[in-house]
Amino acid sequence: MVADFLPNLISILILVSVVLAIVGAVRRVKLWRQGQPSTIHWAGLLAIPRRYLVDLHHVVSSDKYISNTHVATAGGFVLTIISVVLIYLLGISGSILNYALLTSSALMFVGAVFVLLRRRNPPANLSRGPWSRLPFSLLIFSSSFFVLTLPATGKLPADTGGWMLAIMLLVGIAWGVGEMFLGMTWGGPMKHAFAGALHLGLHRRQERFGGGRSTGLKSLNLQKDKLGVEKADDFKWNQLLSFDACVECGRCEKACPAFAAGQPLNPKKLIQDMVVGMAGGSDANFAGSPYPGVDVGTQPASTYKGGEIIPIIDVLVPAKTVWSCTTCRACVQECPMMIEHVDAIVDMRRFETLEKGQTPGKGAEVLENLKTTDNPNGYAPESRMNWAADQNLAVFGEHVQQADVLLWIGDAAFDMRNQRTLRAMVSLLRAANIDFAVLGDKECDSGDSARRLGDEATFQRLAKTNITTMQQYQFKHIVTADPHAFHCLKNEYQDFGGHYDVYHHTGFFADLVKTEKIKLDNKKELSLTYHDPCYLGRYNGEYDAPRYLLEAMGIQIKEMERSKTKARCCGGGGGAPVTDIPGTQRIPDMRMDDAKSTSAEIIAVGCPQCSLMLEGVVEPRPDVKDIAELMLDALSVQDSPLEISLVETHP
Amino acid sequence: MLKDISKTTSKNIKMSVLISVGEHPLSARPRRAEQDARALELGLKLAPESLKILYAGSTGDSAATEVLKEYMGMGIDQLEVLDVPPKTDVTLPLLEKLQQDCPDVVLTGIRAENGESSGMLPYLLSEQLNMAMVPAITDILCIDKTTGFAEVLQALPRGQRRKVKVNLPFIASVDMAAAAPRQSAYGSAMRGHLKIDPVTRTMHDAEQEQWQISPAQARPKRLKIVKAKTAADRFKAATAKVQGGSGKVIYDNKESAEAILKLLKDEKVL
Repeated sequence: MVADFLPNLISILILVSVVLAIVGAVRRVKLWRQGQPSTIHWAGLLAIPRRYLVDLHHVVSSDKYISNTHVATAGGFVLTIISVVLIYLLGISGSILNYALLTSSALMFVGAVFVLLRRRNPPANLSRGPWSRLPFSLLIFSSSFFVLTLPATGKLPADTGGWMLAIMLLVGIAWGVGEMFLGMTWGGPMKHAFAGALHLGLHRRQERFGGGRSTGLKSLNLQKDKLGVEKADDFKWNQLLSFDACVECGRCEKACPAFAAGQPLNPKKLIQDMVVGMAGGSDANFAGSPYPGVDVGTQPASTYKGGEIIPIIDVLVPAKTVWSCTTCRACVQECPMMIEHVDAIVDMRRFETLEKGQTPGKGAEVLENLKTTDNPNGYAPESRMNWAADQNLAVFGEHVQQADVLLWIGDAAFDMRNQRTLRAMVSLLRAANIDFAVLGDKECDSGDSARRLGDEATFQRLAKTNITTMQQYQFKHIVTADPHAFHCLKNEYQDFGGHYDVYHHTGFFADLVKTEKIKLDNKKELSLTYHDPCYLGRYNGEYDAPRYLLEAMGIQIKEMERSKTKARCCGGGGGAPVTDIPGTQRIPDMRMDDAKSTSAEIIAVGCPQCSLMLEGVVEPRPDVKDIAELMLDALSVQDSPLEISLVETHP
Repeated sequence: MLKDISKTTSKNIKMSVLISVGEHPLSARPRRAEQDARALELGLKLAPESLKILYAGSTGDSAATEVLKEYMGMGIDQLEVLDVPPKTDVTLPLLEKLQQDCPDVVLTGIRAENGESSGMLPYLLSEQLNMAMVPAITDILCIDKTTGFAEVLQALPRGQRRKVKVNLPFIASVDMAAAAPRQSAYGSAMRGHLKIDPVTRTMHDAEQEQWQISPAQARPKRLKIVKAKTAADRFKAATAKVQGGSGKVIYDNKESAEAILKLLKDEKVL
């Protein structure tokens, strides 16, 4: 009696929930379709399994515990669903299928136990609320199907437990199926499985999968009626989809330098606020860490119930939240769902700057200076080469029309500390007999800070001006000591017709050392640590060249705990020093503490911005030296020092 | 001192702001003129609804148009351009326009950042329009149309301010000490509208034809002899009110001309 009744009821239950889940899915897709059009990468849908198993898992597996747990739980869940659909909806039966269901639900149960264990004392980065309910739902779902299947496999006699067990199973399955099927498309924690899978397939940056990299900001059409993102529906539809993919694991929160410094930014909450902006609800339901210093549910839209789409800034999200970001990309690197936080932040900054004219702090002044003098501090454009008055540099258009290398100076030209790096670089290039020239006063700021402050118009003007200038001369490579300029020239000028072979000076010098054009004294015994610049490391994947150079000098690098992909930002990116949003501590101080804990006496850097931020930390602290400066100290002078000084160039 | 301006200011104040194309002192690139932008900021604060913004100059110059757009980026939908050909005096067309509009308040900068830069325009206009002229203001405290008076705050050296009562209508030039202009937003700059008025009567500036224009030379600085012996003295010197006393008021034309001549000779200018 019970044995017949139960499967029928379960079939109906599952049928109803599948139908409801489909209804929910359609509603969710409609929410995403509120967004702006963007290329649909249909082929990506076929790559979802591979992207999940390879790309996503590559990120997740940095935490072995949760990656194994997730394999068991998700793998068990998928197999369980397939078996359940086959058995209860399509009516296929057979002992193989029953055993498959038994095994998969057991696997899922084991996984769910580990999920529960991790949530006994959850770390602050994990969300509570519905997410604390999830392990129980997983346990109930898997155990109910396990017990349900036992009689069918003959392990237990049919009718075991009688009505009592039948009702318990029914309740369990109703709960489990409710959480797992309905929650997937109606906005429960399981939403991440549905939206996440589609997001992996339809990701806005398809190049990121299969070991590729895509870090340049997307350019903005300045002719549009609205520039940047004011409301959730101003995002591209696939960005809206990506927000829904968030699992609230809080890895971004752990990695975010602004959050750690007590500035009012939490990347996880930001993404959840975007979901509220798109789907309605209230940020008061958010069950994770708030923006530091901003209580959850205090924004004017904290009781937002959906319906009309509302402006994001100062209604849903405080303006200072989006201006706290240093665009260091640590959150994007850590995100297992490959969500692009920085894109979203810059999109909102674009609206603030281009439409509202509300760049905070010194932002407006810097942008005005870039407009009138092509450098952020408003120095006279014809003073750009003053630093090199004694260097006899060949200038394109004045002394030469072509050279092997275009040496990109950047705004370090105006800064006395970074002029030391530039001088060291010039000496090294001369020691290696490199044919190089500079653009001189015709060089403009690369536009990096303008773009990240949201001023796309100024960025595009600077980019186009620089491209037009460079078009007039012949050179094979560009070399620069500034990773920000390096990133812009290499990745962001392409949209405007600038395709160059760009080197960061560490990469270029590493080649010169390998080919023995520069010989370094390898007996340096320095107690040294290396700080990875975000725009060299996470943005461009260059972790090896600087380390190769330091090791070529005989230095054993004392690596910081946060290094390479996990390196902490110096606080100098994305215009953050300009907007200067207050926190409880300063990001460079935290980074200096990282360096101090290695007991190194020198912190080697490869970025003018990093050297300024880190040198701004009060002493006593390790000395800050650019790799070019260290190399110059270690330059082997055995082949006659005279020869080096005699390499006379122009004019 | 700081009152809520909305409570003390009559409704329907007609205000015009005169703007010009500035020039960056280092790069010589055209830009929003700093004082004019402050005048506009003050206008936007006081009468955002009824504000009229006037530019007198050639519309053929694309760099000038870019700068006008930058002014519109401060949140202005429309800007009126009196299309005055180059090398033509702008006073006459502006005069006619202001006579038509009859504003209660006209705001300008103290002087242009390029060209003649004589700072005479507001004085010429005030003379012709028979309006009072208040130089170097930082703020307007209240405008009362019923009594016909306004209170403005005038900038004096060393950060001092003076409250001045002035009859309506009046012209005021805005000092650098006024509130900094808001950021120019690219979006509204691009979408703003230039309303171009053709100018019927112009005055060709024959004098200007003869001029040769060269960059201004920095004036030699007078050597400053520090007399202060202690920090307290230096502090006093930096903050103390300048005491007048040595000056005298001369009414006779001849006598005053002689005094000026004597000063110039003393200073070895002549």
